[in-house]
Amino acid sequence: MYRYIRQTIPKIDLKAKVTGKARYGGDIKLHGMVYGKTVYSKYPHAKILNIDTSKADNFPGVVAVLTMKDVMGNNELFGGFHVLTGDKVRFIGDGIALVLAKDLKTAEKAQKLVEVEYEVLPSVFNIDEALAEDAPIIHDFAPGNIIPDSTHHLIKGDLEKGLAEADFIFERTYQTQFIEHAYIEPEAVVAIADAYEEMVTVYGSIQNPFSVRGAVADALGWSLNQVRIIPSVIGGTFGGKDEIASTLSARAAVAAVKLGRPVKIILSREESILESPKRHPYRFYYKVGVKKDGTITAMKSTVIAQGGGYNNKAQFTNWRAAIHTSGAYRIPNIYTEVFGVFTNTIHGGAMRGFSSPQTIFGQESLMDELAEELGFNPVEFRQINALRPGDTTPTSQPLGPGKIPAPLPEMIKKVAEQTEFVKRKEEFSRINEGPIKHGIGMALAMRGAGLGGEGLDATGANVMIQRDGSVVVRTGLTENGQGLKTAHSQIVAEALGISLERIIYPNVDTMTVPDGGPTVASRGTMIGGRALLKACEEIKQNLFKVAGEMLDCSSVELEIRDEKIFSINNPEQSLDYLKVVDQAVSIGVMLASLQWFSPGVANLDHHTNQGEAFPTYVWGVVVAEVEVDTETGKVEVTKVVSAHDVGTAVNPEAIKGQVYGGIVMAQGMGVLEEVEEEDGILKSKNLDEYLIPTSMDMPEMEVIIVETDDAFGPYGAKSIGEPATEIPAAAIANAITHATGQRIRYLPYNLERVLLGHKLTKKGVRP
Amino acid sequence: MGDNRLMIKVTVNDRLYELQVDPELRLVDLLRDELGLTGTKEGCGKGECGACTIIMNGKTVNSCMVLAFQADGSEILTIEGMGDGEELHPIQEAFIRQGAVQCGYCTPGMVLSAKAILDKNPNPSEEEIRKGISGNLCRCTGYQKIVDAIKDAAEVMGGGGDER
Repeated sequence: MYRYIRQTIPKIDLKAKVTGKARYGGDIKLHGMVYGKTVYSKYPHAKILNIDTSKADNFPGVVAVLTMKDVMGNNELFGGFHVLTGDKVRFIGDGIALVLAKDLKTAEKAQKLVEVEYEVLPSVFNIDEALAEDAPIIHDFAPGNIIPDSTHHLIKGDLEKGLAEADFIFERTYQTQFIEHAYIEPEAVVAIADAYEEMVTVYGSIQNPFSVRGAVADALGWSLNQVRIIPSVIGGTFGGKDEIASTLSARAAVAAVKLGRPVKIILSREESILESPKRHPYRFYYKVGVKKDGTITAMKSTVIAQGGGYNNKAQFTNWRAAIHTSGAYRIPNIYTEVFGVFTNTIHGGAMRGFSSPQTIFGQESLMDELAEELGFNPVEFRQINALRPGDTTPTSQPLGPGKIPAPLPEMIKKVAEQTEFVKRKEEFSRINEGPIKHGIGMALAMRGAGLGGEGLDATGANVMIQRDGSVVVRTGLTENGQGLKTAHSQIVAEALGISLERIIYPNVDTMTVPDGGPTVASRGTMIGGRALLKACEEIKQNLFKVAGEMLDCSSVELEIRDEKIFSINNPEQSLDYLKVVDQAVSIGVMLASLQWFSPGVANLDHHTNQGEAFPTYVWGVVVAEVEVDTETGKVEVTKVVSAHDVGTAVNPEAIKGQVYGGIVMAQGMGVLEEVEEEDGILKSKNLDEYLIPTSMDMPEMEVIIVETDDAFGPYGAKSIGEPATEIPAAAIANAITHATGQRIRYLPYNLERVLLGHKLTKKGVRP
Repeated sequence: MGDNRLMIKVTVNDRLYELQVDPELRLVDLLRDELGLTGTKEGCGKGECGACTIIMNGKTVNSCMVLAFQADGSEILTIEGMGDGEELHPIQEAFIRQGAVQCGYCTPGMVLSAKAILDKNPNPSEEEIRKGISGNLCRCTGYQKIVDAIKDAAEVMGGGGDER
């Protein structure tokens, strides 16, 4: 019986947000503050011959204009990004100079006065051009434009043997698009240099404070203990406020140290879309063998990610893609190869899902095509091939009771029944005669929870009971709106047996907690929660030691619930929490703990990716219904039912909130969104050209929370942030295909593609 | 600099201000930078996202699309004027109760659009609610819980009850 877990607790940080008092990066204003504006590249690929800042320098109100020469430390950051680019630009979001002025308006005016002389170089704008034999090379360290360390394989069984066993071989290619995070808050950072402390502090829209700290320290040539990062309230991030936060923070910090004044950089929406990372476009070449009875015998996939002008994520997104490209299916023979390429375009980065929305679109389109070819309905075909207890994952991890739960077959059944999938599919096919056509589609997935073999997963937590019984919780993980502080506080209140109201949970401050890694990979509740539990456990032991002495009983027989410490053997024997805290303070017992949790280094063969890729997995099944106007190409997503295995539902309504948001974000990917470029120049500049779903677009949504007995996470809790958004775009694509009978193998299924089957650009027809 | 500045009188959250403003100054900057009312957010500077929504003379406007001098003589309500001191407005309470907030950046604009919806019709249909907030983009919530919160607020404020 839980008091706080599996309970809908209103999120603890909402009051300041509904009153407008929550302070975001852009809201910070300090005495003597100067404003920075970045001068961006004019060309997607060019040598910089000269930068003349003199006109801008002399403009009234300008305090300084910085170029790469002013960067005191290392100008090149992780992934090849520059604080300020000086020799060669590789995409149009390359920052060349930073104009600092007394106010934003002056900075904007002076920004236009910086004169840059270029020698334009030949460019590559897409995967094919990047891989062409005589393609111009973007980075000297990347021959053939292949992103270093971005190649990953998954090899299971014997591909050729598996293909030989098949009755049919199918080959298909799918491709996805650049997606903008479109968080409503454009990036803003403020840097303050403190000469006395010999330290620089950066506030702002920062998702991953420790990576940003590294970038700032590098740029300054300082050590990590001289850089303090304190994220402000973050106005949405979804993986986006990472490398851009590093670049902007480094720029602002360099300026702040140089000028001895606080420096603020706040991006316009146009600048945000220009400079920030996107969701990588992925291309999938599949070759798959299937028997007449529908069983898949083998799958070969070649997967290529488009990186852009710079890249610090494809190494990692591609690893996840290698694990997941073959889907949640019991395929005995798999050969997957994934790699990434540089192009002179905006760049891919982390975006909610981290390659999974792309892989799921590929694999689930393929599953529907196979089902159709072999004459199965989509549910049947998935039932035949879905992973189940007794199977092993594509990485050969055993599934089943006491191991990793595999609820997929039951979930497919439940969702198919609840949505009357087969019946409605037949019904729609029957009535689809007029121009308005209906469709229903399914998609499913498994997802490795946490970082897994992508990198070492480890994080810390610090819990401190104060002398008045109030509690401070600190971790290195950020509240991005997902509800991390609430879920963590629920875990602490549950574990300590105290009231949630006693907890205060400040934003991350890199000076006060150990480097707990980034808040990514839907690891916050799962990994952070385990560290919190360890901290609570240590504190509880100390509380019980004190209480045992007070009650004259052994501390091992004590328990705490509702702020009462009592003996399990004799519940009458009890003490108030506050009394015990009081006593602990008076006799000098520490009621604080700093703990660390890591599942350890993944036991994985990095050549084949066979082994413990992830400590556990989550599972999801989604069904979407659509209405397509075949005369205009307009798609109405009418209903989405989304089922997710979350292990234990820490906060059911917060989970639903995540899933609703995930569905609508995925709807954007499915039918609406694509960051468009022409010859490396951005066409989708602001939110009038890059459309995201509005309240008029949202479908009827139903969330099915599935709980499984999973021993890994805190109280059995797993992940929901990314699972919520990775599947629906694929389900919507399958639904549209059902409605129109036209399979489109490119996302998004927008007006042109649905109406014409391809895309129109000034340069002609594109797939 | 001061030569072409304009004198305006504007009431913001029941308080009258007499201000000298630059003719190019946008209302959102007047509110945020000059009056320190940073609850009003800017998201696109183009009237597309609705983060800077305020209520001016009873109607919602994108304050990034209005010049400060155009607000001369007007009555403005920003998020700071919702509720009564420490007391939250029922709409704000409903947003918390329904969990209609994630990152919170669109929230001030959403709350003001919600107020405008309920001022016009205390018992709005779901369609009216959706239309009423269609100028306010949210990337976190998928809008569902925001719609739920506005329905909830309508009920609490006495309008709700009969389904329409």
